[in-house]
Amino acid sequence: MTAFLSGTNMVGGYGVVDILRGCTIEVESGQVAVIVGPNGAGKSTGMKALFGMLKLRQGTVTLAGEDITALTPQARVAKGMSFVPQTDNVFASMTVEENLEMGGLTQREGVQDTMAQIYDLFPVLKEKRYQPAGQLSGGQRQQVAVGRAMMTRPKVLMLDEPTAGVSPVVMDDLFDRIIDIARSGVAVLMVEQNARQALQIADRGYVLVQGENRYSGSGPELLRQEDVRKSFLGG
Amino acid sequence: MENLANALVVLSNFVIIPALAYGSQLALGALGVTIIVAVLRFSNFAHGELMSFGAMSAVFAVWVLQWLGISIAPLSTALLALPVAIVMTVAIALLTDRFVYRFYRVRKADTVVLLIVSIGVMLAMAGIIRFAIGPDDRVFDDGVRFIISVADFKALTGLKEGLAIRTSQAITIVMAVLCVGFVFWLLKYTRIGKMMRAYSDNEDLALLSGVNPDQIVRWAWVLAATLAAIAGTLYGLDKSFKPIVFQQLLLPIFAAAIVGGLGSPVGAVAGGMIVAFSEIALTYSYKKVATYLLPEALQPDGMLQLLSTNYKYAVSFIILVAVLLVRPNGLFNGRPS
Amino acid sequence: MTQRWQGILMYAIMAVMLALVGIIQGWSNALGILNLCLISAIMALGVNIQWGYAGLLNVGVMGFAALGGLAVVLVAAAPVPEALAAGGAGVMWAALIMAVTVVVAYGVWKLLPPSTARAWALVAVAAVGSVVAGGFYFPATDAIEAVDPSLQGYLGGLGLPVLVAWVVAPLLAAAAAWFIGKIALGLRADYLAIATLGISEIVVVTIKNEEWLTRGVKNVVGLPRPVPTEMEVRVMSGFDRLVAWTGLSVNELSSIVVKLGYTALFAAILCALLFLFQLALHSPWGRMMRAIRDNEIAASAMGKNVTRMHLKVFIIGSAIVGLAGAMLVTLDGQFTPGGYQPLRYTFLIWVMVIVGGSGNNWGSVFGGFLIWFCWVQAEPVGVWLLESATAWLPDGSGLRAHLLNNASQIRLVLMGAILLVALRFMPRGLFPEKTGV
Repeated sequence: MTAFLSGTNMVGGYGVVDILRGCTIEVESGQVAVIVGPNGAGKSTGMKALFGMLKLRQGTVTLAGEDITALTPQARVAKGMSFVPQTDNVFASMTVEENLEMGGLTQREGVQDTMAQIYDLFPVLKEKRYQPAGQLSGGQRQQVAVGRAMMTRPKVLMLDEPTAGVSPVVMDDLFDRIIDIARSGVAVLMVEQNARQALQIADRGYVLVQGENRYSGSGPELLRQEDVRKSFLGG
Repeated sequence: MENLANALVVLSNFVIIPALAYGSQLALGALGVTIIVAVLRFSNFAHGELMSFGAMSAVFAVWVLQWLGISIAPLSTALLALPVAIVMTVAIALLTDRFVYRFYRVRKADTVVLLIVSIGVMLAMAGIIRFAIGPDDRVFDDGVRFIISVADFKALTGLKEGLAIRTSQAITIVMAVLCVGFVFWLLKYTRIGKMMRAYSDNEDLALLSGVNPDQIVRWAWVLAATLAAIAGTLYGLDKSFKPIVFQQLLLPIFAAAIVGGLGSPVGAVAGGMIVAFSEIALTYSYKKVATYLLPEALQPDGMLQLLSTNYKYAVSFIILVAVLLVRPNGLFNGRPS
Repeated sequence: MTQRWQGILMYAIMAVMLALVGIIQGWSNALGILNLCLISAIMALGVNIQWGYAGLLNVGVMGFAALGGLAVVLVAAAPVPEALAAGGAGVMWAALIMAVTVVVAYGVWKLLPPSTARAWALVAVAAVGSVVAGGFYFPATDAIEAVDPSLQGYLGGLGLPVLVAWVVAPLLAAAAAWFIGKIALGLRADYLAIATLGISEIVVVTIKNEEWLTRGVKNVVGLPRPVPTEMEVRVMSGFDRLVAWTGLSVNELSSIVVKLGYTALFAAILCALLFLFQLALHSPWGRMMRAIRDNEIAASAMGKNVTRMHLKVFIIGSAIVGLAGAMLVTLDGQFTPGGYQPLRYTFLIWVMVIVGGSGNNWGSVFGGFLIWFCWVQAEPVGVWLLESATAWLPDGSGLRAHLLNNASQIRLVLMGAILLVALRFMPRGLFPEKTGV
């Protein structure tokens, strides 16, 4: 029995060089999985491969047991996957509310309910709902980005470095919200630079090196391993 | 007091009303240009010819209607012909997109390449238009010429100066207000409008959100071509239809779109007005206004004209240069350069 | 190697086509076309260095060409002392005052902090400067234009040999290019296109309207020539023997000799430019230019000042176009401001560069030849085609008359279609740029 979302033995890259060289990433519903690793290890690439933004030469991606390796990103959105890119992840010239609406484009009904839930999750967004997203602070913008991705009521939420460039306080808050999202039954997968904090909340962690799984296990387990701490967490 | 009123009337008659009408035409043109920049991300040099095509279709439709004896007198038959012109122009725009531009879009060609492609389209379309209708001047306004004529106005107000409002000017301004209002409503409140803005703002994210790019591009062409057909027909109605003029309009239209900020609809409208008012205000001779405002001793001998009307296109250029020097993104910040 | 032979073959076919024109339509005719082909080729080289080497869009080719033509008038036309006496001083004063105004405005711009006050100060400086300059300018130009208006009515030129203008023309065009490049380079790519379109409109409007400078639509005729006239050729020693030997009429032969003179001049310049440009293309500078074109971001990351490099290329290319413009006016022996259409001929040059092969000098030259040849021959062919196609219509048919009347417009459609087809199916042109050399 494979996990809810599973990328097995993925091999691929952009040009002739493979960035992913047989890595496997899995995440279960209701859990948080975190990918960490040094720069250039293929963390973001792995995420993109799972989302169909990169052609795989080998390996398969399955969602709830169904093989989705050949689907386009748009088709995966329709299947219940959602992705928050690292940069340019909001419509800067559009209001917060319009950003959320754009997230809900593919939903036929219940857009208003979902939006209300997202405003409950991120109360500050409700306050700023008529402001252009481009005028918000970095942390608020990340909330808009996550909110937009949540508008499709996804079963899988994927985040590429959601805490890049935000303050530690905002980061903790964002992680709390992400746990909330996971506890509501969503499978959350994220790539993180802030490895230590991210692994603390991870049900499952992957340490990627040169496109391969170097270590994997639950977050706290990885944090306990000395060589992981030494090599990737600075002691 | 009466002097002031007379001066104001002269100013309205020769500067404000013509500039409003001309500004409306430029605004509609620039709005079309800016929509294409926002969605397809290239400056469409064929937009002037699209306007020309719209006006030509209107002229043909007017001829057919006149031949059939259909008219909506006292209004111009051109208004009745407008829907035909719009349909024809939208059709030609969608056809060129399908057979010319799409190829480059699919390959994600550089914006400069698309610009050159649009130049090819412009040449071909200009040739077709001139081949079909000939290069000559054609007046096709058959409606009542004036809403208020100079004589009426003088009789009405008892002022020495008269104010004439031509029907075509009034139609132009009203149509422009309606069109601009409609486009803004569409962009702001409708699902398709929001999708267009999202696509223009952040293409990748829009695709991730399930926006269908083909649909957006189609809508962009429909909007731009509709505006072009209306702008072209109104310009032809207000002055006359002459194919070469639309090539010359390219500069003021682009100046308007850039002044406002390429990709910004509000900017396009504001830019159109700025260009039109500057052009007419700088090339108008203020001698007559001065005769009412200044005491006899101070009356100037000259024409009080800042620039000969021959140089009206230079005004667009000067505005363009000033904007590029000071605020290259335009007054209403479009996408960053 | 095959590519080289292909190129040689294409040039050979071009030569045969020109020869055919010579045989069918007369040699004088063929040489006339050849001379314009040479000028077109030089213009295409200028545009190619901008577009092909650097990816810069110059939509104002005709403006720069017109400036080149203006240079010929200013340098070579006979001076008009009466006009100079009547208004020369006034125009000088006006120019001086405008220059001072620009300097003051620049000072205001630099010294004051950016603010609304500064904007108003600039407007005030410009307004005062223009009004004062206008006070000198308008009476002076009126006086100049009043001097024997039917024959002169303009300042005239310096009366120098016309070849001097071929040096001045590139400088004049370069100055305009510097101005426009300074403003529009480094911004969005389409801004340069629109700015060049603007400057060419301004140049053309100016030469049409400033009669004191160019006689406007009244044209400047009788410009000196760099080669002997037909009459001079006819009295040359040995000419009658040449007539006897070739069996051509005196008229035809003298015209051929004169045209050959131009051909030699133009060909010499074309060869020199081609040599220099080939040298530049294969120099480190040329490689860097193409590197910048292909990846601007990477190039600027390597510390290259892309905008500066682009400005240089833009100026050089425009100067070449200016030179070609001067050559064109020299060939005609007259300056006809009304003949400059900003857009139409500009795009003819563009078609030449793209069909020939962007980035390849030999291709641009070939494109210049081929497209000019097609442009000239398209009209009679188009009329003939339409005549045949509409032959079934009754003689008095209005439709037929209309179609034949507008037949010349077919050329525009043809050029647009050639451009589109070339871009789509042969984007690298007949002579593709050699990559990786």
